[in-house]
Amino acid sequence: MTASILLPPALPLFLGAALLTIARGRLRAAVMLLAPLVALAMVWLVPDTNAGITGFLGYDLIIVRGDRLSRWFGTVFAIMAFAGGLFALNQESRLEAVAAQVYAGGALGVVFAGDLLTTFVFWEIMALASTVVVWSAGGASRAAGFRYLLIHLLGGVLLMIGSAGEAQATGSLAFNVMAPDTAARWLILAGFLINAGAPPLSAWIPDAYPQSSYSGMVVLSAFTTKTAVYVLLRGFPGAEVLIWVGLYMVFYGIVYAILENDMRRILAYSIVNQVGFMVAGIGIGTELALNGAASHAFAHIVYKALLLMSAGSVLYMTGKSKCTELGGLFRSMPLTAISGIVGALAISAFPLTSGFVTKSMISDAAGQERLMLVWFLLAAGSAGVFLHAGIKFPWFVFFQRDSGLRPSDPPVNMRAAMLLFSFLCILLGVAPGVLYRWLPFGASYEPYTADHVVTQLQLLLFSGLAFFMLLGLLRRTPTVTLDFDWLYRRAGVALASGVTRAAHVAWRNFAAGMRGMVDEILSGISILARRGILARAQDSGTMAMVAVAMLAVYLVVEFVR
Amino acid sequence: MIAAHLPALQVVIPLLAAPICAMLRRGSHAWAWTMVVSWAMPVIAFAILLQVLEGGTISYWLGSWEPPWGIEYRIDTVNAFVLVLVSVIGAVVMPYARASLEREMPADRQVWYYTMYLLCLAGLLGMAATGDAFNVFVFMEIASLSSYVLIALGRDRRALVAAYQYLIVGTIGATFYVIGVGFLYVMTGTLNIADLAERLPLVENQRPVLIALTFLIVGLSLKLALFPLHFWLPGAYAYAPSVATAFLAASATKVAIYLILRFFFTVFGGSYPLAGLGVPLVWIALSLAAIVLPSITAIYEKDVKRMLALSSVAQIGYITLGIGLLSEAGLTGSIVHLLNHGLMKGALFLLVGGIAYSKGAVTVDRIAGMARRMPLTFAGFVVAGLSMVGVPGTVGFVSKWYLVLAAIERGWWWLAILVVASSVLSLVYMGRLVEASYFRPSAPDSTDDQEMPRSMLASAWVLVAACVYFGLDTDLTVRVAAQAARTLLGTP
Repeated sequence: MTASILLPPALPLFLGAALLTIARGRLRAAVMLLAPLVALAMVWLVPDTNAGITGFLGYDLIIVRGDRLSRWFGTVFAIMAFAGGLFALNQESRLEAVAAQVYAGGALGVVFAGDLLTTFVFWEIMALASTVVVWSAGGASRAAGFRYLLIHLLGGVLLMIGSAGEAQATGSLAFNVMAPDTAARWLILAGFLINAGAPPLSAWIPDAYPQSSYSGMVVLSAFTTKTAVYVLLRGFPGAEVLIWVGLYMVFYGIVYAILENDMRRILAYSIVNQVGFMVAGIGIGTELALNGAASHAFAHIVYKALLLMSAGSVLYMTGKSKCTELGGLFRSMPLTAISGIVGALAISAFPLTSGFVTKSMISDAAGQERLMLVWFLLAAGSAGVFLHAGIKFPWFVFFQRDSGLRPSDPPVNMRAAMLLFSFLCILLGVAPGVLYRWLPFGASYEPYTADHVVTQLQLLLFSGLAFFMLLGLLRRTPTVTLDFDWLYRRAGVALASGVTRAAHVAWRNFAAGMRGMVDEILSGISILARRGILARAQDSGTMAMVAVAMLAVYLVVEFVR
Repeated sequence: MIAAHLPALQVVIPLLAAPICAMLRRGSHAWAWTMVVSWAMPVIAFAILLQVLEGGTISYWLGSWEPPWGIEYRIDTVNAFVLVLVSVIGAVVMPYARASLEREMPADRQVWYYTMYLLCLAGLLGMAATGDAFNVFVFMEIASLSSYVLIALGRDRRALVAAYQYLIVGTIGATFYVIGVGFLYVMTGTLNIADLAERLPLVENQRPVLIALTFLIVGLSLKLALFPLHFWLPGAYAYAPSVATAFLAASATKVAIYLILRFFFTVFGGSYPLAGLGVPLVWIALSLAAIVLPSITAIYEKDVKRMLALSSVAQIGYITLGIGLLSEAGLTGSIVHLLNHGLMKGALFLLVGGIAYSKGAVTVDRIAGMARRMPLTFAGFVVAGLSMVGVPGTVGFVSKWYLVLAAIERGWWWLAILVVASSVLSLVYMGRLVEASYFRPSAPDSTDDQEMPRSMLASAWVLVAACVYFGLDTDLTVRVAAQAARTLLGTP
């Protein structure tokens, strides 16, 4: 009975958001920092059981379901909400602070939801709140935020229809492992994948996230895609299609990140790439692979947030985010540069960083399952990660040529947030046992074998070599629109990126065509709606004629059948 | 003793109260009298509903004449539910009526308003309670004629034109209805609905019966404003007095839908399975058009009342869609949406009336920035608006859920997606109001706006709260609606 009155861990964040609508000054700072910490404590107080069960429409809704997997994601989300709040303390936009807390609360709601309907509700809360986070940056974010919202509403529609179909077929809304074997489940899977940034709708991540504010993107990077990873882990482990979806995302992210010039867009593409590893791991579906996906999500949230904090600090201090306008900042922003490098090493899975102890679980699982092609592509992908995120971001922003800019390190709270996450990246890498103790699935893993360390170092060394060999080429074409085919052939991902590129061009043309058509139709409808038959007050004679016409229609369908 | 006569009292009390009301000379007296009468109605309606839920269908012989010769009031779960809906809405809007009407019309007209209101209430309750097809027509005329007057009493002069148009269209609808009933009478020799259902199999596959069905469908479609026969509705709702709009929007079209249910399932259902006739396909197609097209028009509409009226046409489309699916889930969704839409649209029209209380005409531009000065009004707007979009936790979600289930049951995934995706349209037009009222700067002339009087706010918020309460606790509404659906389909 005590279990059923248990409060959901999302609650303190929602209450915090309500407080933030009026709080100012110190109280505001206290709420932004304490609400996530209370949520973290509550995450660990949830017992391993279903609680908060309530009846709705004849179904059992499970508002709070505690198990290792929920706690795993809940923990990292709460930590992320804390660090995001710390980093955003000097963000002036009240709207963003409120929306960010609601957003984090929605993410916590999803990971503790035990049924599809509760998941759907928190899913939509996240969609709306994250849109507001994008919007609160003002300016160009409006259109991008609107596109973002539409895509997520589409995902919500698919998820709801799928849930209804599932309820129809099974009489239950319980959210457990399901194979994609019915139309309803395919719809649910599609709804989930849209949030993961899967093809063909991957572009919403690099489209919308970089339009958000310097602090907004830090929180955005963590929740939406990783709740998608969570629900895929929960619902569709071992669904083979996910392997290929994931691999596509891995290479999509790499190719576009290499071509990109804006540092935050580079990191946005890199989200797609990293989530691709996780999705592929879920598709492989062995306990080791699932552990790999879960722990990679954990590590990824930390180091991607760290990278974005570093990029955000640069943006905050300089107002610039294009690689071609930056460079040489390590002189005046040492802490930011070091944080960026730590994050870059972690994302590249350097030994002694968090990425090293998590990502290779996935490729090892592929090896154990004798999926040689998958294993090979994952290895190639890892090299690509180092190329685009591991070296490109810190090199162009903090080193390269001197841009002449001399901004100082950001304010103390932002430095503290970066230090905290740098520390976490290294702690998890040095003492992976801290993490492994709580792994949600059964398999255990030993990262520091001689074999693994040497392989990884070789991989990194050679891709680093490739980067600096190609550097001249990159520098000559700083806007990066030409010559990239040569680059990706050498990087060994010719096939994937060629297909990607062709598909992208085709898709873009198709989309442009469709957009033109839709515009035509919409303007037609709007003319109809505003001036035409639909809006005009009809005279009574016309109405009588319409009634007679309807009479005729019904008579026809009744007699001519 | 008196419990046995409840079905008659439900109709007779407001019918007799109306002439008494006409004799009261002062608006406040008329209001008090009407208030007492209209609050007695839900008490009776709930008592009837309980009787039906416990003891099954009630058959009340008016004047003790035995049916099918005498007039029978025959009440099962379906019309007991409709009686509750109409009488509850009729009662809830009454505290609102006083202040609102004092602002909108001179004192002597108020008396006529209340008189006509009581007649309209009697007519609507009578249409729902009676078990006699011709008696339905009589009450339909009572309800319609009085509602023409209610609409014409609006302070905007365009109300007269709108009422006149409604009169013509409504008369055509009633005529078509009575023609349909006439055909049935010729073929079967009876007007009693239950009796009709028994005798129709004897004249199976004869053309006049199908022609009767056609006239009934088109006549009632006019009354319930099913696309494309909805053109009378936006004008009528936009220019009527605020409280009349809220009452009519929440109840009048719903009773017409009840009649459709009655004829589709009780009368024709047994012997003429509609599925074989092609009628449901046309019906579904029209419902979809009703859901999509008026919603798009609503997005461009500047007048808020007209916008809400167009949205009513769309919401009626959801109700008729569920009927067209001919399944228990579909009917449950439709029947529960009768109530749900009544609650949320009633709430919205009352709230708009509260804005009109200080503003006169309400347009999107004129409500700019008003949420700051009328926080309660606009908070109610947001909640009822979310309900209309169909957000979980509100009544709108419950109805949509059942419609989606019904669509999936048929294997029509596209329809399920369309139903949910169409809520995005209502999100757009409701969102526009929220955006204007909360985020836009105020118009310079609007600094003295204030909340409507408390009595009006109370009425509106009762309905707003009901939108959330019945969105969370679905046991009562869905259980009754599901039982009503089973009654109609004749399944246990």
